[in-house]
Amino acid sequence: MAEDFVIRCKDVRTQFGTTVIHDNLDLDVQRGEVLGVVGASGAGKSVLLRTIIGLNKHVAGNIEILGQDMDRLSVKARKHVQERWGVLFQDGALFSSLTVAQNVQVPMKEHTNMPQALMNELAGVKIEMVGLSRDACAKYPSELSGGMRKRAGLARSLALDPEILFLDEPTAGLDPISAAAFDELIRSLQRSLQLTVFMVTHDLDSLAAICDRIACLVDKRVKIGTMQELMQDQHPWLQAYFHGPRGRSARKAG
Amino acid sequence: MAALQDSSRDSGTAEPLRVSRDGDAWVLSIVGALDVSTIGRLDGRIRRLDPGEARAVRIDLSQVDSLDTAGAWVVQRLTHRLESGGRAVSIVGAKPTQAALIERVGRTEDRETVIAPKSHPLLAVVQQTGEQTFARISDAKKITAFFGLVAITLVRSLAMPWRIRYVSLVHHMQQAGLNAIPITTLLSVLIGVVLAYQGAFQLQRFGAEIFTVNLIGISVLREIGVLMTSIVIAGRSGSAFTAQIGTMKVNQEVDAMITIGLDPAEVLVLPRVLAMMFTLPMLVFLADIMGLFGGGVMCLLVLDITPTQYLNQLHGAIGPWTFWVGIIKAPVFAFVIAMVGCYEGMQVSGSAESVGKLTTKSVVESIFLVILLDAMFSVLFANLGI
Repeated sequence: MAEDFVIRCKDVRTQFGTTVIHDNLDLDVQRGEVLGVVGASGAGKSVLLRTIIGLNKHVAGNIEILGQDMDRLSVKARKHVQERWGVLFQDGALFSSLTVAQNVQVPMKEHTNMPQALMNELAGVKIEMVGLSRDACAKYPSELSGGMRKRAGLARSLALDPEILFLDEPTAGLDPISAAAFDELIRSLQRSLQLTVFMVTHDLDSLAAICDRIACLVDKRVKIGTMQELMQDQHPWLQAYFHGPRGRSARKAG
Repeated sequence: MAALQDSSRDSGTAEPLRVSRDGDAWVLSIVGALDVSTIGRLDGRIRRLDPGEARAVRIDLSQVDSLDTAGAWVVQRLTHRLESGGRAVSIVGAKPTQAALIERVGRTEDRETVIAPKSHPLLAVVQQTGEQTFARISDAKKITAFFGLVAITLVRSLAMPWRIRYVSLVHHMQQAGLNAIPITTLLSVLIGVVLAYQGAFQLQRFGAEIFTVNLIGISVLREIGVLMTSIVIAGRSGSAFTAQIGTMKVNQEVDAMITIGLDPAEVLVLPRVLAMMFTLPMLVFLADIMGLFGGGVMCLLVLDITPTQYLNQLHGAIGPWTFWVGIIKAPVFAFVIAMVGCYEGMQVSGSAESVGKLTTKSVVESIFLVILLDAMFSVLFANLGI
């Protein structure tokens, strides 16, 4: 069934000016999996994420999300798809003029008709789910640490119980202990909310710990497979990536 | 697939909350979707559900086809409410994933969340007044300290002129001076036109239209030329200084400079202050000429005063000091604008948000100070008799 693939990219080509970032890129993301996207700096990992969620235009090919071709949707239908995904940007991208709880309520207010009392309760529920204390609800983003901002951003992206969760380098800038805790959090939320997670990352430990499959951006396309499969791959970048000193230690740990 | 859709449509139209009795137990069966799409309608009703005298309650979720966090929370809340009323509550028929989700949402007695810090409105006024007062006092202290710092750096640099960053100086002279010529010119011409127009209509009533020229000459040279130019430059270049230095602060470029041993006051502030002090008088001179030109054109068109007459009248109207009174203020205003711009830039801390905030603040402050100084100059010149 087509719905088993929540994201399908076919022959996608993106470019900035004359610089081609992706060319003939095919990528299918299965429902319920955690997909880690890796690649060298500048290979276009974040661009791929932004292209899929519609912040960047692709010049050729098509992208289907939840069975819908995003390019051909009406504004209303597009909004409907947007209700079904959540995006966590690198530093949380919280609205700085709103408190954490108000941030979490922004998607609820936009897309549902819940009464305010229920939204207040739910904001508390989501904020505790991502491991923040309830005191954090009434705080402004500028009063939070980087790790807390990420968690608050995660709470906002989960506000409507999305089916797909996009994460842009969720563990970047966190210390290893917080990063491991964040990985664990994503894994457990993914299980209990049955999320499909599309995660751009640099963090080999995250890949080993929580990703079901890994999509690797090389030569403007993706190679996709489990970590074991990609480790067997003879591509020089993959060899260097997984068999370099950091790759070895992550594998040992994983 | 078709059958599935049918059944979900049925449950959409059917009663979603069904209450029944099973012996002593009060049974609530929830049918259909219990998620963000339906919870808005159901929430109020679920809050009002009352099992009456029943001591045992069963919540049957076997017919719930979709349950999300919102739904799970509402079930948890209901359970908690009924249990605290002394009833035994059991949840039956939940699929394993649904049961896990309900467990995950957890039970907290009171989840009423404070979503924003609250304060009493009157108290807030008092608090803000106090905060603002102290902020102003500390601002005044800091800007005075900054003034001193810039003054010392300026004197030191003049003593050691090879330490002045000439490339940067010229760059800022171009940015703040040369590139401001078109806007300054246009505005000054228009101001001249406006003055001539207004003056002509009022003075014509007394048959004294020739004095329009005096009006234009004195007001443009003494006040309007320098004031308008300073305000435009404060908005244009003062804000740019704040934004540039502020962005460098956010990127920690200023910190990097200090660790390398560069003095930000010397590298960033001084070239801007000097550039502004050199270029603003030139711009004011240009504004003066253009203001007189605009006024002259209008005099010719509206009052039929020929250029020769205009220049003759102008020559008689303005004394030797009229021009200098205006132009002498320019370097002082320039110093204030550049200093406030740089000072606010240096106050930026951390977030990109504060760049925007302080840029606004810098423009308001520098325009305020320019007008304040202008008033003080007026008093001074009046006392000097010029």
